[in-house]
Amino acid sequence: MSDTHNAPVIAADGTPLKARLARALFRRKLDAFLLVSPLLVFLLVFFLAPIGWFLSKGFHDDLFSTEMPNTSAVLADWDGTTEPTEAHYAALVTDLVETRKTRTIGKVATRVNRELSGSRSLFTSTARKAAKMEAPFKDALIKTKKDWGEIAVWQAMKAASRTFTIGYYANALDRRQLADGSVVAQPEERRIHVKLLIRTLEISFQVTLYCLLLGYPIAYLLATLPNRTSNLLMILVLLPFWTSILVRTTAWIAMLQSQGVLNDVFVFLGVTPDEARFSLIYNKLGTLIAMTHILLPFMVLPLYSVMKGIPPSYVRAAKSLGATNWTAFWRVYAPQTVPGIGAGAILVFIVAIGYYITPALVGGQDGQMISNFIDFHMRRSLNWNLAAALGTVLLLVVLTLYWVYDRVVGIDNMKLG
Amino acid sequence: MTSGPNVDAFVEFERVQKSYDGESLVVKDLNLSIGKGEFLTMLGPSGSGKTTCLMMLAGFETATHGEIRLNGRGINNIPPHKRGIGMVFQNYALFPHMSVNENLAFPLQVRGLSKSETESKVKRALDMVQMGAFGNRRPAQLSGGQQQRIAVARALVFDPELVLMDEPLGALDKQLREQMQYEIKHIHENLGVTVVYVTHDQSEALTMSDRIAVFNDGVIQQLADPETLYERPDNSFCAQFIGENNKLGGKVIAIDGDTATVEFDDGATCKALACNCEGVGERSLLSIRPERVKIESSQTPDSVSARVLELIYLGDHIRCRMDVHGHNGFIVKVPNSAGHAQMNVGETVNLTWEREDCRALDVI
Repeated sequence: MSDTHNAPVIAADGTPLKARLARALFRRKLDAFLLVSPLLVFLLVFFLAPIGWFLSKGFHDDLFSTEMPNTSAVLADWDGTTEPTEAHYAALVTDLVETRKTRTIGKVATRVNRELSGSRSLFTSTARKAAKMEAPFKDALIKTKKDWGEIAVWQAMKAASRTFTIGYYANALDRRQLADGSVVAQPEERRIHVKLLIRTLEISFQVTLYCLLLGYPIAYLLATLPNRTSNLLMILVLLPFWTSILVRTTAWIAMLQSQGVLNDVFVFLGVTPDEARFSLIYNKLGTLIAMTHILLPFMVLPLYSVMKGIPPSYVRAAKSLGATNWTAFWRVYAPQTVPGIGAGAILVFIVAIGYYITPALVGGQDGQMISNFIDFHMRRSLNWNLAAALGTVLLLVVLTLYWVYDRVVGIDNMKLG
Repeated sequence: MTSGPNVDAFVEFERVQKSYDGESLVVKDLNLSIGKGEFLTMLGPSGSGKTTCLMMLAGFETATHGEIRLNGRGINNIPPHKRGIGMVFQNYALFPHMSVNENLAFPLQVRGLSKSETESKVKRALDMVQMGAFGNRRPAQLSGGQQQRIAVARALVFDPELVLMDEPLGALDKQLREQMQYEIKHIHENLGVTVVYVTHDQSEALTMSDRIAVFNDGVIQQLADPETLYERPDNSFCAQFIGENNKLGGKVIAIDGDTATVEFDDGATCKALACNCEGVGERSLLSIRPERVKIESSQTPDSVSARVLELIYLGDHIRCRMDVHGHNGFIVKVPNSAGHAQMNVGETVNLTWEREDCRALDVI
């Protein structure tokens, strides 16, 4: 016996068996890899690479250092507190002339403006005159605009000149990075992102909770009714699921708006006078109602599939052992649906936390979520770096919650069907 | 069959009917009394109404008509959890999210027993099924036979006077099933509880029961102890369903006392015990157990000639398939004893049997 363990086993053709096996397995692995490679390439090129590139914008910003190379070079050595010297001003003028020629001054001005609001016109107007300036440049610049003497402008440029920056993440968390590299809290009136993130989490938790409360009885009904009836009811669950989100959301607008169906009914029934109709939409309530409705199938389907797998004999056994209906449900049935609750809750929550269209349409002011802000920075303010930072923060929050969920409930406990 | 109020009855079905769809009856006019401490088996093919009867007794189905009494008290309107009946389910229905101990403690907890009392009862029940060491396991960590024992222990832990078992051994392999049959039988004998047991396995029913109710088509075909049921089946269904049976179809040409003379289609006649035949001129099925047929070396007045069609060697006996009066599925079991008759396929032999072993029954 021991001989066979020590000496390498030889295959029929004389080569070692291990090598033969590895060759045989390699071919199968290669086949498998070739089969998935089209999808892999597609995902890499059109999904992972763009996302990775975009997310890198959250901490990588080389606009200022590329467009203003001379200024960036001198600013790198500057300590950020002493008075800028003639060398600084000279480098700035050289770069302003160059950026005016290449028509990139607008971009540069926008970039610095993010660090110091109101400084945009300072750059664009000075650049127009920079070509005619003569040494000493310090006096010439301050003569044109006396703001150039302000140290804050130079600090803003130093902050903008960092290629790798945590400034955007600081901003996403309502903080800002000063010229000396330290991070401080934003002034009170500019703190919006953390509040927004908390509201996003709150709305997602609430939507998840309402979906569970509404979905559990439906799933139970679907799982216990005879097949013919439950199939019919299942279509009622799935039909909205197959309908466009836009259609469903706008349907809620028709239902909930102040001149909408629901308010008309309330007025007709005398619940509220005509002049004081309820505001059911264009606020947080509207977001909650519409999102709960839209995400309900994500809760019902996993719950249903788990409940369908629980044989009725468990509850019968509990009753035969002396348990009342309530005890049998609570101690025997409900614990066995936990995997479904877990799966449904995490599905609804994760879809909800990144929800965009519905809050945009029915959310009004206080029903907006973090995705709406990301969209704002993508399309309106064109601050893609901040959008990337906000997106990364959202991603990290989701991953953290997922980790907590795994620790508390256990991800193996989840059952999708 | 017993009918009408019975003083000794512990469980009583009186004129019970059950229909699910309002068109056909699954259980037709069931009357059955079960004595205290009795082991009664409901035996029948699937769809014969036996499980429905059990579910009505447990309270999970309501009787469409009639009354079910437990200990003299009508239980039609008592919900299952107040009936105090232990039940063992087909797939055990052990709660998967609870340990064995928790499963057994469940019926005691819902009855509000104290913690120490619960613990001692759980321990006693586990010891009864020799599973004392497994209290902290989850049901999924147990083998089928072990789960079966826990299910039995759980049904008994709260000392019910009546225990229902719905094909509890169906999921076990043959060897384990036979072992569990004896164990359940012994537990029943030791505790003296009343057991109503549902199965479609006739050998299981014969092994365990005091009495067997054979169900078919929603009606009890025969209610008797195992010996009577096997030896003296009341009708062809019971004769076919319990044990192996040879059936020979023919026409009754004379009845003299308890002896019926039956003429086969080929003109030959045979005497049989008249049990359940309609009368002279009607058709009847003769039922003869294979082990009661003897092979004679020479022809006698009562012997029947048969042609050997097939011989199967089974170790302890030899199964012969023969052609008797045009019925080519006639089986004879020849014990593999010293000096047993030697036969060859194609050969013609003489068969005899006692008149009492050949029962003239109804035609199905």
